[in-house]
Amino acid sequence: MKRWLPLVLFVILVGFFAKGLFLNPREVPSPFIGRTAPAFTLPLVGDANAAFSPAEMEGHVWMLNVWAPWCVSCRQEHGFLMQLAQTKVIPIVGLNWKDKAREAASLLARTGSPYVAVPEDLDGRVGIDYGVTGTPETYLIDQAGIVRLKHIGPISPEVWQTKFEPKLKELGA
Amino acid sequence: MIPELGHFALIIALLLALTQAILPLYGAQRGNLTLMAVARPAAQGQFVFVALAFACLAYSFVTNDFSVENVARNSFSQLPEVYRFTATWGSHEGSLLLWVLILGFWSTAVSVFSRHLPEDMAARVIGVMGLISVGFLAFLLTTSNPFERLLPAAMDGNDMNPLLQDWGMIIHPPMLYMGYVGFAVAFAFAIAALLSGKMDVAWARWSRPWTTVAWAFLTLGIMLGAWWAYRELGWGGWWFWDPTENASFMPWIAGTALIHSLAATEKRGAFKAWTVLLALVAFSLSLLGTFLVRSGVLSSVHAFATDPARGAFILGFLTVVIGGSLALYAWRAPKMITGSGFTWFSRESLLLANNVILIAALGAVLLGTLYPLFMDAMGLGKISVGPPYFNAVFVPLMAPALFLMGIGPLARWKEASLPDIVTRMKWALGVALATGLLLPLTLDGFKPWAALGFFLAAWIALAVLAALLDRIKYSQGKLPQKLAALPRGFWGMLLAHFGMAVGIAGIAVVANYSTERDVRMEVNSYAELAGYTFTFRGTTAHDGPNYRAARGTLEVSKDGRPVATLHPEKRVYNASAMAMTEASVHPNIFRDIYVAMGEQLDDQGAWTVRLFHKPFINWLWFGALFMVVGGFMAASDKRYRIALRRSEVPKNIAAQGA
Amino acid sequence: MAMKPRHRKLALIVLVVAALGVAVALVLNAFNSNLVFFFSPTQVANGEAPTSRAFRIGGLVEAGSIRREADGLTTRFVVTDTAKSMPVTYTGILPDLFKEGKGVVAEGRLGPDGLFSATQVLAKHDENYMPPEAASAIEQAQKAQLTVVE
Repeated sequence: MKRWLPLVLFVILVGFFAKGLFLNPREVPSPFIGRTAPAFTLPLVGDANAAFSPAEMEGHVWMLNVWAPWCVSCRQEHGFLMQLAQTKVIPIVGLNWKDKAREAASLLARTGSPYVAVPEDLDGRVGIDYGVTGTPETYLIDQAGIVRLKHIGPISPEVWQTKFEPKLKELGA
Repeated sequence: MIPELGHFALIIALLLALTQAILPLYGAQRGNLTLMAVARPAAQGQFVFVALAFACLAYSFVTNDFSVENVARNSFSQLPEVYRFTATWGSHEGSLLLWVLILGFWSTAVSVFSRHLPEDMAARVIGVMGLISVGFLAFLLTTSNPFERLLPAAMDGNDMNPLLQDWGMIIHPPMLYMGYVGFAVAFAFAIAALLSGKMDVAWARWSRPWTTVAWAFLTLGIMLGAWWAYRELGWGGWWFWDPTENASFMPWIAGTALIHSLAATEKRGAFKAWTVLLALVAFSLSLLGTFLVRSGVLSSVHAFATDPARGAFILGFLTVVIGGSLALYAWRAPKMITGSGFTWFSRESLLLANNVILIAALGAVLLGTLYPLFMDAMGLGKISVGPPYFNAVFVPLMAPALFLMGIGPLARWKEASLPDIVTRMKWALGVALATGLLLPLTLDGFKPWAALGFFLAAWIALAVLAALLDRIKYSQGKLPQKLAALPRGFWGMLLAHFGMAVGIAGIAVVANYSTERDVRMEVNSYAELAGYTFTFRGTTAHDGPNYRAARGTLEVSKDGRPVATLHPEKRVYNASAMAMTEASVHPNIFRDIYVAMGEQLDDQGAWTVRLFHKPFINWLWFGALFMVVGGFMAASDKRYRIALRRSEVPKNIAAQGA
Repeated sequence: MAMKPRHRKLALIVLVVAALGVAVALVLNAFNSNLVFFFSPTQVANGEAPTSRAFRIGGLVEAGSIRREADGLTTRFVVTDTAKSMPVTYTGILPDLFKEGKGVVAEGRLGPDGLFSATQVLAKHDENYMPPEAASAIEQAQKAQLTVVE
């Protein structure tokens, strides 16, 4: 019997790994799902005199995309966000997280901007309110200003189809 | 174009690996020599294409092709060329590619040096290594393609993590992987033996040199990692019992047990089943270590949240490889016939005790490493298991093993005489005890752990001497001839054991008698530590290729005589704006003087500075190097080459007869 | 006297059991005294954290809270999980990535006055990600806050 012992121990180990990986969803659902998105007012990148506040988007289904110029994953999703912006499916607001406006402005000038507005969160306060742990992260917010979805990591066409599109249909947008 | 070429080369390598795995294994089962003959060329071809893919990736890094995502994430145009090259294996994808490259290298080495093996054995060994290559190449191609394009291309890269920009880190990963992957050879031999049902002594003799070489590389890799941590992290520590370190240490413990158990199997036919199991475990732990570290599951849950496919693949692969091999073991183990008997006190029994203790220590390290992960997975809260746990468990467990290490080489196989060994080792025990009790008094106070360390170090060193004297006692000729006549395997063992003694002495001193101070230093003020006077001469601006630094000047003197001028730096890297402490060290054989800068406190140029006095720290590195050299020496023993020639003869005769 | 296989097996089992027993005893003993639990500032404020043993806290370094004492080496700062905050003191050189507004994990003991004396301050090697423990503290706190509002 003892020759089976190593195998049994290993199977138990795998059980724990599997539980850690799959049963316990790694992506903790944001506590804001189904709640009102935290309010803020931040200056815009490229025009420090203008400001953006989520209240302006009332009546629209929109996305808050948290990004930064130094973030490579953000550049990865940039192409797809541009496509989304061109088809005008949904307005995207790009929260420039913990970075200088100048770098964000020059990057967007070079690569094109998928955003309707780019508020600047230099000290990361708004990011904290939203529970941002890294970039990129995207929040889907409905007509009444309620957060419907949070996605951690870059948005790929696949993620869009499986995660965002069904939600959008539900919201009738 | 080049990245696509690399991607294409990887696909071809996968196809060749499939060929290398399936045809020879099937052929060996069927006794089909034509299919078995596919093994060698397939393995060599696979290596060529993986090397081509690796060269393509390295080219993309060196030429700053930021349209490749991997390059954009991990390199930077201002990065010095050598680091742009080493950044090739700095990322998750690149390091896996290095892994496969080294596996290809080992497979090719086996294909070249296996001429003396029976055809079916060689085919099975190479086939099993092919299966492992298939798994890794499929993982690379499906979830971690290192050649993924980034469109539009980034203007510049994110830079390599500044901590990795150090030459210790240039060679640490390749050496570590040489060790990890080297255990794949022992694993493949074990699986081949289980498949064929021929677990004879020849099997142990074939896998022994490979295992010893892999163990030596792993020792070197771990040493380089510790050395890097010591110099680069700026905290003066060299071992943190961090999960990343444990991931490399666990295969080392299993490998150490394996090389000892292989000795008993080869010489006496003992512990066959146990040795096979250890070979499986050593490589399984290497796989586990690679994945624990490279998947990021230990350091950041983010890694899996963004790509659950990776986690699923890893778990599936581990289950198939480890679970499959353990099941095969359970099925075939009863076939293994135990060799001749031995008494309770013999070299076999001592090696067995050494193995049992090592495995118990391994279990304790494994538990401590994975426990936080379990707790988190079960939703039982977040905890961390730190160095106090490991020190409290590991040191008392290892102490008896280290004591037995002194007796083992003196004990005869099969049956040894305890009274005889007691007579021969009385003086050594006395000297070692005296060293343990008296040496701490000459240092800064008596500390029990230091005393234990000195006792064990002295005991092992004297036992090495005793083993040497015992061995040459009855041989003919003058001393140099006597020494030259000793086989390299024996010299290697002595050297490795002596290295252990040197290392333990180093650990005992540095862990108990290091001193450090965090001080506020104004320009031209001084501080004292361990009899040295440190005078701070302020900082100057200093620009590196991809960073800007404040470089401090500290003059170190003892009793009024200047000892050294040190230049620690505080760097800020251009791409990531990450701050980095670059420590400055003045080494000699008895101590390191180590200074690191904290932060600037005011406009007058005052800084916080951390001063360390690290006695005997360099003994650690030397001890590890002795072990490495010992390992290589033992693997180069004539015995393995004679075995090679002897088994070639009948094969040739057989060929003529046919 | 060579041992018979049966006796050898018995001796082997005794040896293995003895070694495992020692190992288990050592592990249990070490687990008892050396496991470091993790608490968020909210849990500390609720009195869930022990005062008798060391533990870890995590969260963000509150902006504008870093004060250096006259000796130049002791630093006081406030760690917050956005719901509750707690004062921390640490003597020594802080890691390179310790900054206001960034994630931090500290290990130490809680004093009777509510001041956390850290013996170790950890910051991760990567700028852009928070230590997972700090991130989880903030998530917990936000969840709790929202429950209170309900």
